[in-house]
Amino acid sequence: METKKRVPVKEQAPEIRRSNFDEVCLGYSESEAVAEAERCLHCKKPMCVTQCPVSINIPEFIEHVKNSEFEEAARVIAESSSLPAVCGRVCPQESQCEELCVLGKKGDAVAIGKLERFVADWSRENNIDLSQTLPKNGRKVAVIGAGPSGLSCAGDLAKLGYDVTIFEALHKAGGVLVYGIPEFRLPKDTVVQHEVDNVKALGVKIETNVIIGRTVTLDELMHQEGFEAVFIGSGAGLPMFMNIPGENSNGVFSANEFLTRNNLMKAFKEGYDTPIRAGKKVAVVGGGNVAMDAARTALRLGAEVHIVYRRSQAELPARAEEVHHAIEEGIIFDLLCNPVEILADEKGWVKGIKCIRMELGEPDASGRRRPVEIPGSEFVIDVDTVIMSLGTSPNPLISSTTPGLESNRKGCLIAEEETGETTLDGVFAGGDAVTGAATVILAMGAGKKAARAIDDYLKK
Amino acid sequence: MYKIIAKRLLAPNIYLMDVAAPRVAKAANPGQFVIVKMDEKGERIPLTICDYDKTAGTVTIVFQTVGCSTKKMALMEAGDNFSDFVGPLGQPSELVEEDLEALKKKNIMFVAGGVGAAPVYPQVKWLHEHGIDADAIVGCKSKDYLLLEKEMKLVTGNLYVATDDGSYGYKGFVTDLLKDLIEKEGKKYDLVVAIGPMIMMKFIAQLTKNYGIKTIVSMNPVMVDGTGMCGGCRLTVGGVTKFACVDGPEFDGHLVDFDEAMRRSTQYQTEEGRVEIERQKKAEGHVCNLGLGE
Ligand SMILES: Cc1cc2nc3c(=O)[nH]c(=O)nc-3n(C[C@H](O)[C@H](O)[C@H](O)COP(=O)(O)OP(=O)(O)OC[C@H]3O[C@@H](n4cnc5c(N)ncnc54)[C@H](O)[C@@H]3O)c2cc1C
Ligand SMILES: Cc1cc2nc3c(=O)[nH]c(=O)nc-3n(C[C@H](O)[C@H](O)[C@H](O)COP(=O)(O)OP(=O)(O)OC[C@H]3O[C@@H](n4cnc5c(N)ncnc54)[C@H](O)[C@@H]3O)c2cc1C
Ligand code: SF4
Ligand code: SF4
Ligand code: FES
Ligand SMILES: [Mg+2]
Repeated sequence: METKKRVPVKEQAPEIRRSNFDEVCLGYSESEAVAEAERCLHCKKPMCVTQCPVSINIPEFIEHVKNSEFEEAARVIAESSSLPAVCGRVCPQESQCEELCVLGKKGDAVAIGKLERFVADWSRENNIDLSQTLPKNGRKVAVIGAGPSGLSCAGDLAKLGYDVTIFEALHKAGGVLVYGIPEFRLPKDTVVQHEVDNVKALGVKIETNVIIGRTVTLDELMHQEGFEAVFIGSGAGLPMFMNIPGENSNGVFSANEFLTRNNLMKAFKEGYDTPIRAGKKVAVVGGGNVAMDAARTALRLGAEVHIVYRRSQAELPARAEEVHHAIEEGIIFDLLCNPVEILADEKGWVKGIKCIRMELGEPDASGRRRPVEIPGSEFVIDVDTVIMSLGTSPNPLISSTTPGLESNRKGCLIAEEETGETTLDGVFAGGDAVTGAATVILAMGAGKKAARAIDDYLKK
Repeated sequence: MYKIIAKRLLAPNIYLMDVAAPRVAKAANPGQFVIVKMDEKGERIPLTICDYDKTAGTVTIVFQTVGCSTKKMALMEAGDNFSDFVGPLGQPSELVEEDLEALKKKNIMFVAGGVGAAPVYPQVKWLHEHGIDADAIVGCKSKDYLLLEKEMKLVTGNLYVATDDGSYGYKGFVTDLLKDLIEKEGKKYDLVVAIGPMIMMKFIAQLTKNYGIKTIVSMNPVMVDGTGMCGGCRLTVGGVTKFACVDGPEFDGHLVDFDEAMRRSTQYQTEEGRVEIERQKKAEGHVCNLGLGE
């Protein structure tokens, strides 16, 4: 019956990894990858591909892995994706490519993500050069933001011969991949930097420390600096707070602040100057990937960590694998409770979080059962740090400084789904800036579609 | 890389640097700030833009050594490079956007404390260049710590100096001096702009509230990104949470919750915080090689 079960992947043991920032999942070896690839049926009508936002030719690359032709496998993936080592690690595969894999009906789906990761890592370790571009056409396109959407849009345009410059607000390229997702899920110096370098190898220029809307405006890019089209991939970076009493107490941080200090500024690492405060006992409010990342980071910095979430485990929006890893590492889940107040001591430092218990009522518009408060059930969790992880929204910096560029009520840029065309001629957008906080692969997909649309637009 | 073109010691532990950053210089306005980072391992440090030269492509910063990063920065010399220098951040000063004719009718007083004299200077200069001579009070510990006196004299209507020890000008705090000017010398002001330590801005705002004089303060909470992404810089202004880096840094001084802001600015410094930081640094074997604080 072994074909029903996927080849298990090696991981660092929970009791060891809970005190280091090294990668949790160690990935397949060559023989393990080949063995897992052999399970794939090479379907004529592969359902897996329909669920991949960038339509990687999954059966084809897996066939090459089966034959130990890893370089060929890498070339197949490179036709569709510029960030395979990232997506192989952080895509919510269980609800994308692997969800409809035929093997999943009677056993485990093929471990597509883990195979993709294996191929990408192999091709990095073996210095495979995948940069093939058409001759330069000399036409300038600007890309705003060096996150997954911007990097993939820029990469695709460079392959088509365009002269592309990415403008990035932070001092490092990568977007959420460098400031949000922690090292233990996505190593920065090896994986992320390598993928950024690959985009540069295609001829893309990256200007860091340039904030569009402050350092230079979008209009100036188009009318003074000669860019014929612009892609906006500025993400959804604004943290939300609950607006409950005590939220500005000392020791209450947004997950963005906490993760940025740790990941981008490397506060956890020897010799880096940026301070971080994890406290002894932390409440992380929220249940998404961001909450899991903040919780597991605080744990690694030495704190006891509670996840406070208002629904039950079944509704946690985080990836199943992340929740599983968090539980293994000893994160405490306080489910079905909602914070109502943050309590502070006489000096203004957090000393507790007051929550109310919830029960699940009728399903709401999203189909999930709505949490309702149980009157009189308030209780206090003693903590000295609170990390708010309630979601993020797009930064209005660009829309508020670009006349004619429209956004919706939620602050998301208005753009055509298939092309990324915005309300301004020659300006395209995609990724979290358009959809609100979503996923790496959706952002990449949007960047690719926009690259095609920009090519069409400029050829007209 | 952003090269230091010139460096000058203005007063003990207070340095001025002109840094080559053409894009920032081109877009800069009074009231805005930059974030600098010395090298790969450095912190992101917010500093007010004290002057800029759009043709030369340079931005002037003035800083005081208060901790690990600013002490390291003081060791940098002309010819050295910042790895990162980003801006201009925040909203330009309201003055820049106001109608000039309306401004000309106003009596404006700037109050600067300590290193705050540096960011006050470009605003006063900007007004002077637009035909408006504002008054200014500059307060500092003693004569040695007085910044940019000559430069300020050239662009102010009246320049008043207050020193804590009376070694130069008025002996006492800037608040006392402002009170004397208004009550004893019958000066009338329509607008006060105060830039300096939070405690000074708090007391100036308390004072001017009694007289009903509109007061602008420039807030400097702990920041990381400076673009609205971390929320670390949040303040309560008029009962509403604001992010100083994008909504400010200048706010109506009568609406700012200074006590909360001062408390929050110690977040990485109070005993608990420091013990925690020390504990973690020890665990990681990291100790600031220049010593923390004084
Ligand atoms: C902690 C965390 C964990 C996550 N985990 C997962 C996961 O496991 N799997 C998954 O699929 N997704 C995950 N996500 C979501 C995913 O990272 C995002 O959906 C994705 O990064 C969006 O890509 P983007 O290119 O649209 O934007 P971003 O990655 O946000 O990049 C935008 C870039 O634009 C820059 N920028 C913004 N404004 C300007 C401006 N005015 N001028 C210049 N530059 C600007 C920003 O600095 C940033 O670098 C996670 C997100 C977070 C925060
Ligand atoms: C908008 C703004 C403009 C500023 N302009 C100037 C200026 O023109 N000249 C000047 O000398 N200083 C200025 N500051 C303050 C300056 O950023 C801090 O003095 C500096 O970051 C201290 O770093 P440190 O490592 O040397 O000291 P630390 O020992 O780390 O801290 C000393 C104190 O500095 C403050 N501080 C620490 N880190 C930060 C941070 N990341 N952001 C803000 N404050 C921090 C805290 O109040 C802390 O208690 C400004 C701050 C802001 C927010
Ligand atoms: S990119 Fe994501 S969705 Fe597509 S095949 Fe890879 S893991 Fe699956
Ligand atoms: S659906 Fe599953 S078995 Fe079929 S090709 Fe895709 S991965 Fe292979
Ligand atoms: S400094 Fe991060 S939001 Fe203001
Ligand atoms: Mg510091």
